Amino acid sequence: MSTAVSANTAFFNQLRKYYTFYTGGFITFVIALAILEQMGLAPKIIGYIFLAATILLYAGIGIMSKTADVSEYYVAGRRVPALFNGMATGADWMSAASFIGMAGTLYLSGFDGLAFVMGWTGGYVLVALFLAPYLRKFGQFTIPDFLGARFGGNLPRTIGVLAAIICSFTYVIAQIYGVGLITSRFTGLEFEIGVYAGLAGILVCSFLGGMRAVTWTQVAQYIILIIAYMIPVVWLSVQVTGNPIPQIAYGQALQSVSAKEKELNDPATVLGAAEASVRALHKEKQLEWEGKIKALDEVVAAGNGAAFVAEQKAGAQTKLNDLKAAPAPDAKKIAAAEKDVAEFPADATALKAKWKKAADGAKAKSGPVAAHAVPFAGKGAEKKLMKENPAATPEEIAKAHAEDEKASNGKRLNFIALVLCLMVGTASLPHILMRYYTTPSVRDARKSVFWSLFFIFLLYFTAPALGVLAKYVVYHDLVGSSFAALPAWVSNWQAVDATLMKIVDMNKDGLIQLAEITIGGDLIVLATPEIAGLPYVVSGLVAAGGLAAALSTADGLLLTIANALSHDVYYKMIDPNASTVRRLSVSKALLLVVAILAAYVASLKPGDILFLVGAAFSLAASAFFPALVLGVFWKRANHLGAVLGMLAGLAVCMYYMYITYDFFGGVAANEWFGIKPISAGIFGLPAGFLGVIIGSLISPAPSKEVQELVDHVRYPSLTVGADTKAA
Amino acid sequence: MQLTDKHREYWSRNLRLTAVLLGIWFVATFVVIWFARELNDFVIMGFPFAFYMGAQGSLIIYVIVIWYYARRMNQLDLEYGVHEGDD
Repeated sequence: MSTAVSANTAFFNQLRKYYTFYTGGFITFVIALAILEQMGLAPKIIGYIFLAATILLYAGIGIMSKTADVSEYYVAGRRVPALFNGMATGADWMSAASFIGMAGTLYLSGFDGLAFVMGWTGGYVLVALFLAPYLRKFGQFTIPDFLGARFGGNLPRTIGVLAAIICSFTYVIAQIYGVGLITSRFTGLEFEIGVYAGLAGILVCSFLGGMRAVTWTQVAQYIILIIAYMIPVVWLSVQVTGNPIPQIAYGQALQSVSAKEKELNDPATVLGAAEASVRALHKEKQLEWEGKIKALDEVVAAGNGAAFVAEQKAGAQTKLNDLKAAPAPDAKKIAAAEKDVAEFPADATALKAKWKKAADGAKAKSGPVAAHAVPFAGKGAEKKLMKENPAATPEEIAKAHAEDEKASNGKRLNFIALVLCLMVGTASLPHILMRYYTTPSVRDARKSVFWSLFFIFLLYFTAPALGVLAKYVVYHDLVGSSFAALPAWVSNWQAVDATLMKIVDMNKDGLIQLAEITIGGDLIVLATPEIAGLPYVVSGLVAAGGLAAALSTADGLLLTIANALSHDVYYKMIDPNASTVRRLSVSKALLLVVAILAAYVASLKPGDILFLVGAAFSLAASAFFPALVLGVFWKRANHLGAVLGMLAGLAVCMYYMYITYDFFGGVAANEWFGIKPISAGIFGLPAGFLGVIIGSLISPAPSKEVQELVDHVRYPSLTVGADTKAA
Repeated sequence: MQLTDKHREYWSRNLRLTAVLLGIWFVATFVVIWFARELNDFVIMGFPFAFYMGAQGSLIIYVIVIWYYARRMNQLDLEYGVHEGDD
């Protein structure tokens, strides 16, 4: 006993020394690059060095951690200290969406975006209370392992494998897509090449050393990503508020943003009047698009849709030809027109969707600025009525008021449903739960959940601050300033990618109005170093951080899929006598196949990546949570219950997505209680619980052995009587 | 093996702790969201209260809940003699 403790302590101290040294080395590396930049190193080269150096670093850790031991390969030898497992879980958890997308989502949707912040942190309470310690005590290799042992027979295990693959695969595609995007943005490589370059980085690591290599790489990646996230935000906070702790300081920035929103929405002020004039132009555009859509509908109804689309496409081609034939050809306009022709919708439905998007975009801009801190804003019907008809009767006002309240309550319901799905999904995603198999003890598993959430919390409570600080800069420094003196970051990003930053003087007054700026969510994190006036090396650092976030999550997910296939399907079901060498080679071969398949799918750039990520949470929540939790907390739960519960949860969740999400041909009119398809888990979850309960009650109680297994996982140690001290 | 009364007491104390902490989690999440519009009328440190909770306050509560659970359960393990030998 004492030797094990001292071995663990020695290992912990050794790790701490390594990673302290590593962090110092990384900071030195960044400083060295900063000095080189001052001496004239080109930004593009800095981007290359950052990406190459970090990928080589991860590969190096992967090679050093290579292993041929089954326990090392699947669960890192179960000796990862709580603190380091927490860091690894943090990196495993925080994906490209958290790192790059989160602050932007908060910038764009204000309070309503906080559903992601709460959902993606609060889920760890469920992990801690219901799952981590018990899974650790169970102590096998995968989540389907638990389902198989607890509920007996191959069926629960098979459904578990299937569900694990569905949710992990949709999620991993989004990560590899993120890797491709970051690599191509910062190095200028083609997106597809970026995808495969990133893939190589993922593979060298997990291929040789499995969970052991992934764990130690993820710790390294967490350190990079948190440094990369914090530096620009702290700097921006100092500039905007004079306080280096952004999480405290942004309260005052939020107040002045809220005051500015009021000013911009009040036509009696100078700024407000200018905004109103731009909004009127957007309104005109919206009506124009809606008129075109109406005409399209009529043509389609008359059966001439295809001819109409061809005619429109010919129009776009003519426009391109005219531009090219102009006496002074404008290269930028020609490029835009060429893209227009090349990506012209193939049929009337696609054309309508494109126009509808344009109309909706214009409509959103024609309305007042949404208040950042206000939850569940209504439709503004009452305000609109009072403006258009100051002499409205009390009945009319009451009607408009009720309309607003209904819209607001609908948003609140969706917020709650989303938070619940994200939380329960967090507590059900196999790649996260798997990490708690790797700690030395139940005791450490419990502590490790705390460290996990602590390290995740550091980033998640900074993101809302960044959203507000960026908004402060846009509202105060950009709005009202002159087009003649655009800040450098605005013109840079406008040139790099118009979907991230676009700014057009619509009312030709030479001044910037808020309604003239279009910002894509990802811009916020990507451009913060430039907004804060930091050198390019920090932009490179942010790219390396985003890459670390995407790679670490992809590592964990790929390993989950490959392990489910090799351990649960091959070893447990096909060939239980397979030798260790054979098990590991099967596992590695599968890892390769899955990785290439995922990269291939990602390189096709499937649309609606964000929806896929959300869907993974709802699916995981519906399939796993009821069976896992009742498996520990309800001894009576049995084979039939688990099978029914998992199938019912999955079926209801998938059915709901199918009937409501337009990608599958569903329509919003099918929604139950107006719940959006991304939160389908809110229906799948109760279906899963009902399935487990009903299925268990209509069939015999589980065997004595299974009941003893439940006792086994409930108590950290049952080897001796409760009165004597454990040996 | 046969569970003793002491084992059962350990488990019921675990359940009670779990229920209380789950209740705190529920209030910090869903009750706050449900009354977000009303709570926003209070201002703390410059933040409207519901916004503060969603962006920071509830997160801090989650971290503390998990910390407390780990600490308390690890104590209970020792108290009831069900701790592991290893650590």
